[in-house]
Amino acid sequence: MSNAEVEQRMLRSPFYPRQAELDMLSAWHGWKGYQAADAFYCEDMEYFAIRNSTGVFDLTPMTKYRITGTDALEYMDRLVTRDMRKVQPGRVAYAVWCDDQGQVIDDGTIFHLRDNEYRLCSQERHLDWLTAAAIGFDVAVTEETADVAGLAVQGPTSFSVLSNMGIKGIGELKPFGLMHADFRGSELMISRTGFTGDLGYELWIEPGKAIDLWDALFEAGKLHGIRAIGTHALNLARIEAGYLQAGNEFLPADLTVRPGRTRSPLELGLEWLVDFKKPNFNGRRALAEEKRRGSRWRLVKLDIEGNKAAHNSYIFAKAKRNRAAIGFVTSAAWSPVCKQNIAIGTVRAPHGAVGDSVWVEVYYQREMHWSRVMARATVVDKPFWFPPRRGATPPGPY
Amino acid sequence: MTEKYDAIVIGAGHNGLVCAALLGKAGKRVLVLEANEGVGGAAVTRPFADGYSVSACAHLLYQLQPEVTKELGLRPRLAADNIDTIVLGDGGAHVRYSADGIKGVGQEDADRYRAFQKRMQRFAGLLQTYLNKAPPRLGTRDRQSLFTLARLGLDLRMLGREHMQEFLRVIGMNIYDELVENFDSPLLKGGLSVDAVLGTHLGPRSPNTILTYLYRLAGNNGRVAVPAGGLGSVSEAIANCARDSGVTIRTGMPVSRILVDNGRVAGVETESGEQFPSLTVVSNADPKRTIMELVGARHFETRFTHRAHHIRMRGNAAKLHLALDGLPTFEGLDKKDYAERMLVAPDENYVERSFNPAKYGETSPEPVMEIVFPSFRDESLAPTGKHVLSAVVQYAPYRLKGGWTDAAREAFRQTAIRTIARYAPDIEQRIVASEMLTPADIEREFHMTGGHWHHGELTLDQFMFVRPVAGAAQYQLPLDGLFLCGAGAHPGGGVSGAPGRNAAKAILAREKAS
Ligand SMILES: Cc1cc2nc3c(=O)[nH]c(=O)nc-3n(C[C@H](O)[C@H](O)[C@H](O)COP(=O)(O)OP(=O)(O)OC[C@H]3O[C@@H](n4cnc5c(N)ncnc54)[C@H](O)[C@@H]3O)c2cc1C
Repeated sequence: MSNAEVEQRMLRSPFYPRQAELDMLSAWHGWKGYQAADAFYCEDMEYFAIRNSTGVFDLTPMTKYRITGTDALEYMDRLVTRDMRKVQPGRVAYAVWCDDQGQVIDDGTIFHLRDNEYRLCSQERHLDWLTAAAIGFDVAVTEETADVAGLAVQGPTSFSVLSNMGIKGIGELKPFGLMHADFRGSELMISRTGFTGDLGYELWIEPGKAIDLWDALFEAGKLHGIRAIGTHALNLARIEAGYLQAGNEFLPADLTVRPGRTRSPLELGLEWLVDFKKPNFNGRRALAEEKRRGSRWRLVKLDIEGNKAAHNSYIFAKAKRNRAAIGFVTSAAWSPVCKQNIAIGTVRAPHGAVGDSVWVEVYYQREMHWSRVMARATVVDKPFWFPPRRGATPPGPY
Repeated sequence: MTEKYDAIVIGAGHNGLVCAALLGKAGKRVLVLEANEGVGGAAVTRPFADGYSVSACAHLLYQLQPEVTKELGLRPRLAADNIDTIVLGDGGAHVRYSADGIKGVGQEDADRYRAFQKRMQRFAGLLQTYLNKAPPRLGTRDRQSLFTLARLGLDLRMLGREHMQEFLRVIGMNIYDELVENFDSPLLKGGLSVDAVLGTHLGPRSPNTILTYLYRLAGNNGRVAVPAGGLGSVSEAIANCARDSGVTIRTGMPVSRILVDNGRVAGVETESGEQFPSLTVVSNADPKRTIMELVGARHFETRFTHRAHHIRMRGNAAKLHLALDGLPTFEGLDKKDYAERMLVAPDENYVERSFNPAKYGETSPEPVMEIVFPSFRDESLAPTGKHVLSAVVQYAPYRLKGGWTDAAREAFRQTAIRTIARYAPDIEQRIVASEMLTPADIEREFHMTGGHWHHGELTLDQFMFVRPVAGAAQYQLPLDGLFLCGAGAHPGGGVSGAPGRNAAKAILAREKAS
């Protein structure tokens, strides 16, 4: 065995040199083989950059696949539950895909780059599944995670930052649109997408131009409060936006061993993404059957009284003792921007209809000792954070 | 479009015909579309030289199910019935056995053979019941499935504790160990090895060869017959029965695709572009071809097409046909012995060795052979006084290194003839014309993927509940209106009619339920 094989240390994104300069905490974790920062200097400050100015998050470790070939559309259309015919070239779509039992493997974004060409971005790795799905189709599936460097540029001033950088036409880019621009002789792809529920963009470029892009971006954002952010700040923003995270709100079906521990899109509040008008897509039969019989679980967004975040809480239908839990919280936070105690959870159907009151048992620790309180929570429909600027085209300058 | 037909059957193999006939008998309007000019699929008689005809693939009848003959009122005309198997020995010292007994071995072997047969037939009997039923669906609340499953458990129990344990012990085993443990005679061990591996990509030392042996026995207790007029006459008889029930059979009509409309079957389209609407399509083509080519992956789900794509079905059996101007001379055989089935399998290791090269994409330099002279009791196949030799020759791997070129085919033909000459030295002088069909030829001429005898290897991972693949074992594919009825479905290949009959039952039962 060569030394390289023995060492196997974590990969570093091409932005690492700049991140290392900013890093004051040395708080890193592994993200699919890459070294990723929890936070660089202060997770609260980083979070406020997203909501008040611009936060820059390194997306490079995000798993990326390129799908090309004359059957690319047919392939994508069978793969995911939504109708891919409606996603034109130059558009991006959020999608979920299921196994044959209708259980969610993962969610992600699909970039329709050109005719017969897509990029699929997701949290988990899926080459095995995507390759199996390619049997019988004229498509090539290529893993390109390391071939594309990505930055999420998110927050109210993000439009101004990119305009400052001299990117023409950025004002016309609509949510879930994508465009290409020249960046020093390389193709820079910009999509109006993100994981924060705010105005924001994602930039994609060849790794060799990564440092230049970073520098240009931070230069352009100097007067707009641009800051590098880590995963913790992003996670808080995504809970506020009501987005799901693989491994939290659901377990990828192909990595789950115990029966009954997976979730269908219907059980994750994603029915709007499931197009039963499509004659065939993976999981369709099982999902149609589930719709007939009723789902086992329901995803809930909770507005909880009090200010103690309901991490890992059990959810109950009633506050009384000697009752069985109806579910549990999967993500929780005190939301600074909403001034609300928020959570996402999973409960047994038919519990958890919008407007229902449920109870969460909140656990907290004071000087070693644990306590618990029952807090009333209301099931809400809308994302906790949904500012109008997120949808405005052109976005306003801040 | 209006549907003129309640069901369209793709392929007029014997199973497609059985299925069509039974649907027809149940009052359905049925159309059969067959690619070839004649009916029968691999159970067909066709001329191969001036004045000479032969069963082009299957040449012996030993699995036709009584349920099928009874329900269709078939009475196949046999040129010879309950024939012996003669395992050819050097210097005329042959061993012969049949369903009833054995000759040419020592007393001890003879006794053990009877005990072995009794034991194997008990197990085969258990299997036989299940040949003629759809395998139960696992994890279901369907009553019929639960009933069959309960029966299976009960039947196993009824074998008695000892036999049940024995059954479960041997079912995944190789036949070689069993033979070596029981017998001394090399010829006997060689012959029984061949019985277990004919038509498979397995050698006697491969696991699972007890199962394939039992499958063969289960057909008709090991009783072998030669139909008059070749296997094609059996297919013709079934076709006539279908026509009598109002079935329309059109030959020379290759289906290019199965039409799918809004997630369900809508009919078929032929290569000439003609469309035939129907809400029920039954495919006698092999499962891989049906799923991946005629329908296409996009109409199924990922794991399902993944499994279908990986069905193991690379054939190894070639067919040699010789037109002879007279019978060759086999040392130690009487004239009447030419009516029997002869095997070239001098011992169990010979059979295993002949399999070895197949693993690496090479043909056997010393092949295993199953030889018959179908013209011996049947004058319709050759001019008077002349004869036809028909032989299955193994192993000729479908995926041959370098491909099945004309030269490769010719080399294997010569290898086969040289192998016969070891026992009948004058064979070459008798040959007027000959034909060698490799698995690649069989694939092309009979439209069976891989040229595989069973339309899919008959192994435990492709058997019963998971034949051809999980999610399609009850004849119904996961596409509304689409069914399988050929050898690739449960229980498997051979001229049995069982898949065709079971499929017809499944289709009719489904209709009743909805
Ligand atoms: C070399 C060899 C020797 C054998 N020897 C014996 C033997 O001695 N005894 C025995 O019992 N079994 C034997 N078998 C096995 C036996 O022949 C088969 O298992 C059996 O004939 C299969 O019958 P079937 O009806 O299921 O399929 P097939 O006979 O394969 O019939 C399928 C039919 O579908 C048609 N078809 C396929 N695709 C299309 C399409 N797109 N459009 C229209 N038509 C289509 C084909 O042309 C064919 O007629 C042998 C097999 C081989 C290969």
